[in-house]
Amino acid sequence: MRQGAGPHLRRSLTVLAAVSIIYLLATLFVTNSYYQLIMTLVPVWALFGVSWNILSGYGGQLSFGHASFFGIGAYTVTLAMVYWGLTPWVGIPLGMLLAALAAVLIGIPTFRLRGHYFALSMLAYPLAILYVMQYLGFQEVSIPMHREHGLAYMEFAEPRIYTLIAVLLLIGGVVVSMVIENSRFGLALLAIRQNELAAEAAGINARRWKMLSLVVSGMLGAVVGGFYARVLLVVTPESVFGMLVSAQAVVVTLFGGVASVWGPVIGAAILVPLAETLQAELGTYLPGIQGVVYGIAIIAVMLLSPDGLFWTVRDRLLRRETPHGVSEVTGLMPDAGSGGQPLAAATRPASRGSGPLLQVERLSRSFGGLRAVSEVSFEITEGEILGIIGPNGAGKTTLFNVLNGVLAADQGSARLDGRPMLGKKTYGVCRMGVGRTIQVVRSFPRLPVLDNVIVGAYGAGMSDRDAIARAIRALEQVGLRGRAGVAAGQLTNKQLRLMELARALAGNPRLLLLDETLAGLGREECDEVLAVLAQLRAQGMTICIIEHTMHAMMRLADRFVVLDHGRVLATGLPRAVVEDASVIEAYLGKKWLTRR
Amino acid sequence: MDLGILVENVLNAVTAGVTIGCIYGLMCIGLGLIFGIMRIVNFAQGELLMLGMFTSFYLVSEGRILSFLGPYWGPFIGAMCAAPALFAGGALLHRFLISRVSGLRTVGSLDEGHFGQLIVTLGISLILQNGGQILFGSTPVAVRTPLSSQAFEVGPIYQGATVFLNKAKLVAFFVAVLAAVVLYLVLEYTRLGKALRAAADNPTAATYMGIDVDRAYRIAFGLGSGITAVAGGLMATYISFGPFVGFDYVIIMYSGVVLGGMGSIFGAFWGGVTVGFVQQFSALVLPPQLQNAAIFVVFLMIVLLRPQGLFGRSAERA
Repeated sequence: MRQGAGPHLRRSLTVLAAVSIIYLLATLFVTNSYYQLIMTLVPVWALFGVSWNILSGYGGQLSFGHASFFGIGAYTVTLAMVYWGLTPWVGIPLGMLLAALAAVLIGIPTFRLRGHYFALSMLAYPLAILYVMQYLGFQEVSIPMHREHGLAYMEFAEPRIYTLIAVLLLIGGVVVSMVIENSRFGLALLAIRQNELAAEAAGINARRWKMLSLVVSGMLGAVVGGFYARVLLVVTPESVFGMLVSAQAVVVTLFGGVASVWGPVIGAAILVPLAETLQAELGTYLPGIQGVVYGIAIIAVMLLSPDGLFWTVRDRLLRRETPHGVSEVTGLMPDAGSGGQPLAAATRPASRGSGPLLQVERLSRSFGGLRAVSEVSFEITEGEILGIIGPNGAGKTTLFNVLNGVLAADQGSARLDGRPMLGKKTYGVCRMGVGRTIQVVRSFPRLPVLDNVIVGAYGAGMSDRDAIARAIRALEQVGLRGRAGVAAGQLTNKQLRLMELARALAGNPRLLLLDETLAGLGREECDEVLAVLAQLRAQGMTICIIEHTMHAMMRLADRFVVLDHGRVLATGLPRAVVEDASVIEAYLGKKWLTRR
Repeated sequence: MDLGILVENVLNAVTAGVTIGCIYGLMCIGLGLIFGIMRIVNFAQGELLMLGMFTSFYLVSEGRILSFLGPYWGPFIGAMCAAPALFAGGALLHRFLISRVSGLRTVGSLDEGHFGQLIVTLGISLILQNGGQILFGSTPVAVRTPLSSQAFEVGPIYQGATVFLNKAKLVAFFVAVLAAVVLYLVLEYTRLGKALRAAADNPTAATYMGIDVDRAYRIAFGLGSGITAVAGGLMATYISFGPFVGFDYVIIMYSGVVLGGMGSIFGAFWGGVTVGFVQQFSALVLPPQLQNAAIFVVFLMIVLLRPQGLFGRSAERA
């Protein structure tokens, strides 16, 4: 649990308890058995949305095939009861185990894919299982009745008990979701959703967190499926593995609000009764009318509030009370004072002898026939700022990508303090002490600046307490302390760049790789960022920076490495390098040289 | 004797694979334009196919507007008439709904607007399916042509092995190939085609080049809808269908597009042919219920082992 999440979490839990109690009281007044069933289905589909939300909402791993887990849960409960006489009380946990196993088996190959490919592959799994189930002859399996031992077999004559169980399950799911949202797990997932590369560069093991989210999400999905089968008494492959099941999870969540605990609950509370009531009232005259209305409803909401109802309403409320909200959030920050005292981890280890901090030797990387980085060698000594300059396409960013493990090197070596860096995963390089910013800043616009920076501290494997203190100190280092409680979406371009710098600093790096930190900044803003960088150097930070703005680099860098067509063209003191004829030629062309 | 049956089965699977595959290929080109090139996740593509079928059905069988063409020409001309109808329908859908959640408006946004596209097209799909049920009823229908119960017999070729070519499928096959070729030529060689491809490739850059990107997208979406609808009209001559038929084919279409390699029209066609082949050949060894499962297995294998598609060049897993 993250520190400082306490009050927020307590408030959410109070709301959850109040809503549940009101809902359960409301069931007492419903006597029509059809409406009683609807009252049970609302929390069921809400929980399924909650489960999908963990994988696809927070983690951004869009899945069209969440029915896999729903169906596994449903069939496990049903078949276990039919063949082994196993009660659903055991069958549901069994389904969760199987779903977890399925999640790992599905995740191992499928997480190699991203975006569209991932989404579509996920679609294929439940449909493949659907056909296999049909082939195996499980077209329609009924759950056997056990009137005499009702409780033991989760069988109740009173339908409201199902509603009670469904609400309790939903509460469990919502609490899991809240814990995730307020932990490093949730923050890691949000970071991955924003930009997997940046997340890895901040030290987050994306693959592991994604897999964990799939497993947790799959297990919750199986709970829903198992319980659904128990309530409906009959399972068919279409009703539990079908595309409509997957769609249900997607729709209630996106309608209510994606990546929010409340989203699926709101979505289900509105859509499920709407669809079922329409079906009951008009279904006989106009079969399919509920589908039409359902479709119109979700399109309308999507166009009017693209992130779902919850966010639209919240954003609107927040906008109205922004000044108040900001001060409140800053006031919430606990232990802010202790952040002033430097942490042991944050203090710089003394320079070890005179050896270079980073030593790159004959590093090469090609894309097909193009040698993007070719036999590049250079060194960085502790405490210096090295500028890497070169025309567009010179291989500067590729060099950084190879250094921090985004791309594999074809040959050559790179050592940080004598330890090899190549061959490690991006987050591993980060944990060795290499912080990195990337060209296009990606922030988490709805999260406060502090949380954005904490991601970097978590990446370095710090405990919650240390991470918060370190993040606050990083914000101080870049001069953003005063903005810690503001949502990142409200920052200016310059502040975003500084925030990204703070995120890299929060991981306690020994070396910072900065990719065009000054891009798109005005002259004055540029000066401010330069001052921050100069101050970092004064504190002993070693920096390697890619930059186009020559006047800035001339003032900042101690030494230059000039790249052109992937090769090192020149190295040396800034003044000497800019007067080098070959450098001028690379930048301005031969004509310029002769004209002088 | 056994060998003769085997040869007959294999030869028939090959011919069925080619004919059905090419019709699938045409169907996949439609989605290839929308999903492969414009990167719009369109869940309603199956419903566009369904509308193509019903357009032809109402023109030819039910409405009898084209019944003067007779049972031989009518169904195929009806199928082609689905193109302009659904082109207009698709363009309108894009104008009023899809354009709000795709293209320039979502460039650089979180998830590139996929969540929005998913929800909006799912909504369209629900409306069309269920609206279809209200308008057309849920009893399966077919576009009747005597050709669907006639076949050319080739052979006996080897030990009594005979190849049967269903006439309806054969004509549909020729129409599909013709339509695919025409579309290919249009996209490859006309100014319109170049503008469409440029707009799809990089909408921002295309705007700077003076291309009306919104219009280009609208046309491309209309074309994608129309093409899939023609395939639907052709299929209507040899299968029976209801308002929910789109479900079965939307997966086949996505498989075909991904198999062929995203972003390639040509690839989408071959992807569709491959799916047709896999389906027909799996019928030789697998029970009918598992034929579609076989498509998914092949699809997953290709996506995992060769994500750039069978015919694509550039991998973009990242």
